[in-house]
Amino acid sequence: MDSLHCTIVSAQEEIYSGDAAMVVATGEMGELGIMPQHAPLITRLKPGQVRVIHEEEEAEFLYISGGVLEVQPHMVTILADTATRAHDLDEAAATKAKEEAERALADKEADLDYAKAQAQLAEAVAQLAALERLRKSVKRSR
Amino acid sequence: MSGAREIRGKIKSVNNTKKVTKALEMVSASKIRKAQDQMARTRPYTRMMRQVAGHIAKANPEYTHPFMETRDEINSVGFILVSTDRGLCGGLNTNLFKLTLAKLREYEEERGCKVSMATIGQKGNQFFKRLKTEMKGHVSHLGEEPQIADIIGVVKVMLDAFREGEVDRVYLIYNDFINTMSQTPTMDQLLPLPPTDSTQLRDTWDYIYEPGAEEVLDDVLVRYIEVLAFQAVVENLASEHAARMVAMKAASDNANELIDDLTLAYNKARQAAITQELSEIVGGAAAV
Repeated sequence: MDSLHCTIVSAQEEIYSGDAAMVVATGEMGELGIMPQHAPLITRLKPGQVRVIHEEEEAEFLYISGGVLEVQPHMVTILADTATRAHDLDEAAATKAKEEAERALADKEADLDYAKAQAQLAEAVAQLAALERLRKSVKRSR
Repeated sequence: MSGAREIRGKIKSVNNTKKVTKALEMVSASKIRKAQDQMARTRPYTRMMRQVAGHIAKANPEYTHPFMETRDEINSVGFILVSTDRGLCGGLNTNLFKLTLAKLREYEEERGCKVSMATIGQKGNQFFKRLKTEMKGHVSHLGEEPQIADIIGVVKVMLDAFREGEVDRVYLIYNDFINTMSQTPTMDQLLPLPPTDSTQLRDTWDYIYEPGAEEVLDDVLVRYIEVLAFQAVVENLASEHAARMVAMKAASDNANELIDDLTLAYNKARQAAITQELSEIVGGAAAV
């Protein structure tokens, strides 16, 4: 009997890893049942159930919120998403990152002042330290 | 006794500073464990993703994704820079920026390329803003448990720029966590995807793509790049805590040393005052 190794991972954790007789998942084009010796296949998954069916034991049910399924003759890999994905959502995230960069650029003035103040502070601290050292050495020699 | 009083005040203030650095050290020590846990949890996903990407590279698709095509002429380069949000972590950011600057100069001055940047983390953004580097995207304050969703946007900005030909090459720069004592600034090429190290020739098989090769490959490769960037963010977080812990430990040690010195000076001043008083009394008694 051929075996099929099934691995389900998400960016947060390894969800499942083990042998299976058949793996059933909801692909974008419809339900897929993967058995050993399946032809190499790669597809997107829709949010839904993944069933890992064993020879003798009970089948296991897992829920994933979308991802990618890769099939090699003796291997099934499911890369589950942790983030909700949609073209619009991604687009919105990109726009936000761009805006963030522009906003950061806009308060250059404040940042510059801050940097200047920081530099002055560092200078003052250095001077203080030098004075302190001088005083100490004078005291010691006395 | 006036000198002694001053020294006592100074000792007190150094003691307060020591308390702060000690607390920061302890906080980092506990956070580093969490960050390492997260690194470990992300690893299986990264490994599987790498494997799938490796398979794709070995397959023989009828369609070559733009992310895999090397461009002959490089006119502009993009950097995704992962740095920390906060300071007080020793030379961690400084070393990272040094590497970045060296590369930036190399591309700008020697090859005459245009350079743009997307930053994850406050420090990198502040630093390169001052150098007037073009900022394409920025995200910061991801907290102690960054999510992959947090960086989708900033990565996409660079990917889009690559797709549209605005940049011809994308690098990812971050601190690689080796252990608590050492973190190395690292630079990886993200785009075009470097060929996998397997020397095997391409096999003759290909995937069945559902729905289509273009869409599926695009999806997988985008996720692949995101996960590489995410791994970098997590590594950088662990590096940050490690570096902060070490820096704060050094600061605490220095404070201890300073306190020892000051205590010695204080005792000497006290002794001097007593001696002076005694000699005054003796002198007074002799005069009588």
